[in-house]
Amino acid sequence: MAALGDLAQLIRSKNAGPWTLTVDIMFADAQTFEQVVASGAVTPATVGPLLGVDPDVIDIFNYAPANAIKFSFPRRYPNGHPEDTDAFGGQQFAPLVDLEIPSPNTEPRQPAAAGTLR
Amino acid sequence: MSNTISYISPVGMLGGGFTESYFNDAVARHRVDFIAVDSGSTDGGANNLGADLPFNSREAIKRDLQILVRTARRHRIPLLVGSCGGSGGNYNLGWVHQIVQEIAAEDSLDFRTALIPAEVDRDVLVEKYRAGRIRALKHAPQISESTLRETRRIVAMMGAEPIIAALEGGADVVLAGRSSDAALFAAIPLMRGLPAGLAWHAAKIMECGGAAVAQMTKPEGMVCTLTEEYFELEPVSPDQSCTPVSVASHALYETANPLVMLEPGGAMHLEDVTYEAVDGRRVRVRGSRFEEQAYTVKLEGAALVGYRSQVFGGITDPAILRDFDAWFEQAKAGALHAAVRTYGQETVDSCSIAYRVYGRNAVMPARPAGIGNDHEVAVLLLVTAPSQELAHAIAYQTGHTMHHFPVPRWHGLVSNLAFPVTPHVTDLGPAYSFVLNHVVELEDPLELFRINYSAEYQEA
Repeated sequence: MAALGDLAQLIRSKNAGPWTLTVDIMFADAQTFEQVVASGAVTPATVGPLLGVDPDVIDIFNYAPANAIKFSFPRRYPNGHPEDTDAFGGQQFAPLVDLEIPSPNTEPRQPAAAGTLR
Repeated sequence: MSNTISYISPVGMLGGGFTESYFNDAVARHRVDFIAVDSGSTDGGANNLGADLPFNSREAIKRDLQILVRTARRHRIPLLVGSCGGSGGNYNLGWVHQIVQEIAAEDSLDFRTALIPAEVDRDVLVEKYRAGRIRALKHAPQISESTLRETRRIVAMMGAEPIIAALEGGADVVLAGRSSDAALFAAIPLMRGLPAGLAWHAAKIMECGGAAVAQMTKPEGMVCTLTEEYFELEPVSPDQSCTPVSVASHALYETANPLVMLEPGGAMHLEDVTYEAVDGRRVRVRGSRFEEQAYTVKLEGAALVGYRSQVFGGITDPAILRDFDAWFEQAKAGALHAAVRTYGQETVDSCSIAYRVYGRNAVMPARPAGIGNDHEVAVLLLVTAPSQELAHAIAYQTGHTMHHFPVPRWHGLVSNLAFPVTPHVTDLGPAYSFVLNHVVELEDPLELFRINYSAEYQEA
């Protein structure tokens, strides 16, 4: 097992317009990106409960050109609304940092990659 | 030579600052055809639009604009500024125009400015609404005719066509109200007949200045060279470089979907894009597509929600923190009770009283380290009310009650909140909220946008 925050080179969140939040999880190389995608540990069903967001309204994108997993979901309030707590949306990724990602040696398809992980 | 165009984006947000020598070198070396800069964002919330508040200081905007206007006039190339003043509302557009006029007068520069206001006539909007031509985007709130009538400010995010029309009208400097960030940068390439997919994709990257470089230690700009086959990006700063991953990553920034992005008149499709390093600093991009759709522009609306006041205070008493949640629930109930007793239920019901609890070592910065991070919280009390006076009154009353609310462990009068700011009730002014996430279908891309021209300086 490794924490998502240890595998990624950047986990960030930001507004995508006033009504949508987006989270980018970016990896240094294609191998790590593919390993995390293949682990099945980063999906709407796994991140939804961590963020308090209904998985059905989360759109997820595995974006290979940047070795990144992205997901987007509606904000509870538009940014800057009196009930909003984070106008730029920049701190909304925090619960994902400690998300546990199974090591690839539990993945029958990529057993050789285990030794390269720290 | 085949159809090729070069342009420069000096900085991701006008007023952000950039190094003048790098900028001027890049303009000359690439013989750029135009300069464009975005000035807008919705990150600050709806207050910028609702309350006519520019984002950046006048000084910062003027410093950047001075360099841009002088350089554009020296090389006789167009300067395009989008979403003027932050929100792109009419007041902010006029505010930027005044700065441009001041620069023209100070430098004795003679040129023609086009102003393209983006605030929309409400009768036109209501007519569109009745005709079913205002459509909700994803996660849009419910609206009605009264939303369109009563919202304090509504702007439409213009596409490339009004900017092109302004240039065809002889503008040297185009000051656009709220505009699609990318449309500003795509306008001239589209006008020159370059492929729409490449023009839009390049524009989407360029609107952020140099943000697509590998390591943005300090913000500098980017130069784009666009051909029929590809576009190529090169950082303005000789110390910065683009890599295929840094450029590809930019499709993630502030976008909901990294592969499909809606713009006025169609959608950018990046599914087949390739990113190729030309050398250590430059990246070449191919394969971007643009699929035309019914012509729409996005609406942004800022509605007055109320007026706000806040009280902010720290708590470090271990007797409170030991069972904070239980104490806090009682203190909130006590504060509400006191407000109702003084102002009446109906008045208090017209307000929103919200609490946020924060905390990390702010109350006693001199306390020795290593005691842990759980020894304080800060309570932020935010009141939103129909008037500033009432917001202040309710914030004072509830804050005061919480300040002296009993702590079970102690016997006698306590003072629970450490106020870092006095007066400890701060009035925050009017609060606005975004109320539209809709597009309006247009027959003609120009139908909502009237262009005004202004001759700057002009000696008598």
